[in-house]
Amino acid sequence: MILQMKVNEIATDPNTYARKWKETTSRPVIGYFCSYTPEEIIHAANALPMRIFGAGDGFIKTDSHLQAYSCSLVRGGLEEALTGRLDFLDGTVFPHTCDSIQRLSDIWRLNAGIPLHLDIVLPVKLNTDSAREYMLKVIRKFKIDLETGLGTPITMHSLSESIELYNRIRNTFMEIYNLRSKYAGIVDGRRILEMIKCSMTMDRNDFLEILTTFRDELINRAANFKQEKRKRILLAGGICNHPDFYTVIEKSGGSVVYDDLCTGSRLYTGNIDSSGDPVESIARRYMERVVCPAKHSGITSRGKNLVEMAKEHKVDGVIFLFLKFCDPQSFDYPYLKEHMDREGIPSMLMEVEERLPSEGQLTTRFETFIGML
Amino acid sequence: MSGDRIKDPEKERRKIKSVVKMKEIMTKYYIDAKTAGQSGKKVAWITSGGPVEPLIAFDVIPVYPENHGAMIGASKMGIDLCEKAEAMGYARDLCSYARTDIASSTVNGGPIGGLPKPDFLVCCNNICGTVMKWYEVQARYYNVPLFIFDTPFIHTELSDEAKDYVKKQMSEYIEFLEQQCGVKTDWDRMREVGRLSIQGQKLWQEVLDTTTHSPAPMTAFDAFFHLALIVTLRGTQTAVDYYVQLRDEMKERISQGIGMVPDEKYRLIWDNLPVWYRTKWLSDKFASHGACLVADTYTSAWSGVLHLIDENNFLESMAIAYSSIYINISIDSMFDILKNMIVKYKADGLVMHSNRSCKPYSLGQYDLQKMVLKELNVPTLIIEADMVDERNFSESQIETRIDAFMEIIKHRK
Ligand code: SF4
Ligand code: SF4
Repeated sequence: MILQMKVNEIATDPNTYARKWKETTSRPVIGYFCSYTPEEIIHAANALPMRIFGAGDGFIKTDSHLQAYSCSLVRGGLEEALTGRLDFLDGTVFPHTCDSIQRLSDIWRLNAGIPLHLDIVLPVKLNTDSAREYMLKVIRKFKIDLETGLGTPITMHSLSESIELYNRIRNTFMEIYNLRSKYAGIVDGRRILEMIKCSMTMDRNDFLEILTTFRDELINRAANFKQEKRKRILLAGGICNHPDFYTVIEKSGGSVVYDDLCTGSRLYTGNIDSSGDPVESIARRYMERVVCPAKHSGITSRGKNLVEMAKEHKVDGVIFLFLKFCDPQSFDYPYLKEHMDREGIPSMLMEVEERLPSEGQLTTRFETFIGML
Repeated sequence: MSGDRIKDPEKERRKIKSVVKMKEIMTKYYIDAKTAGQSGKKVAWITSGGPVEPLIAFDVIPVYPENHGAMIGASKMGIDLCEKAEAMGYARDLCSYARTDIASSTVNGGPIGGLPKPDFLVCCNNICGTVMKWYEVQARYYNVPLFIFDTPFIHTELSDEAKDYVKKQMSEYIEFLEQQCGVKTDWDRMREVGRLSIQGQKLWQEVLDTTTHSPAPMTAFDAFFHLALIVTLRGTQTAVDYYVQLRDEMKERISQGIGMVPDEKYRLIWDNLPVWYRTKWLSDKFASHGACLVADTYTSAWSGVLHLIDENNFLESMAIAYSSIYINISIDSMFDILKNMIVKYKADGLVMHSNRSCKPYSLGQYDLQKMVLKELNVPTLIIEADMVDERNFSESQIETRIDAFMEIIKHRK
């Protein structure tokens, strides 16, 4: 282990971890937004990829750059950069997703003062041959840009190794997700969230160790786990960064058994083929994995996916959860809800603002919903 | 005799006469579109920044939900439709063009009783990501094919990879149209449409250029109105003829010394979409200070990439041009264009509409504002509003801010 820090500490304060990691290893740290960042390439460049989640609230410096009608991820991320809390970063990566991130990238490049700035201008549609071809070229270009920017060549060998490592992380996560689905309530959602956050912060080799131990712990627990009666919940949407959600859902008699979140299953589904050209394999995964609402792969693909997920994991209800002012999610919500309605699966919507509702309010909302399931 | 029946000759003189023609053309256009079923023509919905020329060449009637949104806004029917969309589950923070259009489809609402049903949809994301989500909604609702023209955003450059990608998509687009229409491309016709499109854009720019003259023969508020043809009928002879007429009228006004704002003292530039339900109010408000909005970043988007279009290689060069429009480029590149405008139109100030509906246009304005102040030392005003959703317009607040801003401008002159 490069650093001895507790998982929950890293999850609540990723910046401190990354800063110390850099001091200890003298290697670069690269901040990034969004699950469309090919972390494997950053890792293969000997750098630490760190996902930026943004300061929760208390925006001061951001307000002179971004209107209040942008989502709290965008505003919070910028706040962190402008207040110097990310001054240890050697670079930032912006994959193209939504209109807000697109503009944040400009504002960031002009104001954040972080040496390396890389845009990955991904295709927006993912279901045509020319988009596939373009995706591959863009990822290749990113690899070259990163090599140049960091002055570190990335060998095919190191990239393949990095893919192997990430595949192991992904597989282990999927095992954990399956256990959680099979034994509802076997683990607190809060702890899964900690793991997810660490997976985007920690030294990935060290993380795999921790994750493996965690999985083994769950396997042991499963052996004599007594299933309580709990409502099975699917959490669907964007970023879920708040442990409180899980806690309150659990207190209200529910249990999250699966998710379709960009801080959840979207990160870990779809392995990368480790034979063949590694860059091509990375590009292929992005074309094939469950699509995020800022990308297009057919007009009903997300709805169908969600129905499949809900059926596979036998959920009792779906909680849609996304940030206020998030256009891609807000546009999809009515149609996704309709898909759920058609299947007779109840759902509720939770739009998250920069400040969470009080625990009392959250409890009332979740209790009411879970109570009627 | 009641006073308002006598027409003020000064006011009459300042009225733009081509307006009548424009209204005629637009009425005919919408009647044609709404009766397409009877004439056997296909109808395609297309985004305002989308490559419409191939549609014209295929004799498809292009319909613009955004133009429809503008009409809804201008006729002050926005709130009702926005609320309907919200009742359907669409968040209030979404683009009000999208909200009103989605709602209007289900009730045939708005000033013209809804748009004609599309046979297929063409969505170009060079203006925003919103249109993709919006067109997905409509593709599901009408159950029709959707073609997405994906134009990678230009943060620092349009990479060779991206150029390749958009050129390929142009061919895919043509194939898509051949399929939808069941006919082969008429290349002669396509060339002709390309030529007319270029001509139309040049003429539109000439119209806009007339306001470099002081007093300006028209204002940005007039440009918002006269813009409709370069958006909807780009590539037709109708648009060309109309803009010849409009340009000549403007030149005539210049030679006669007719300005739109009586006693023009200050010249301002507008940024972002219009506030459709308040164009008159805003125009009067500024005029009461002797201020004329002489140009804007919005209406020039339909001629701003002319230099990239090559008549002899129309489709490919157009793919690049469409990818390079004002709103698909980074803030610093936008600033370069804005800077040129401020100089070219000899502007004394910049008015920015921070438009809740339009994130790609509005986010970044605060930085633009700082750049304008720093590099050009030109005062700026930011108005928080929305283009269609009147609930986001606070008259008293905006009035106070405009008055204060005009004080600053007056002191500096
Ligand atoms: S939460 Fe939504 S609006 Fe915010 S960055 Fe993500 S996709 Fe964009
Ligand atoms: S107003 Fe803005 S967000 Fe809405 S369709 Fe136009 S460019 Fe897109």
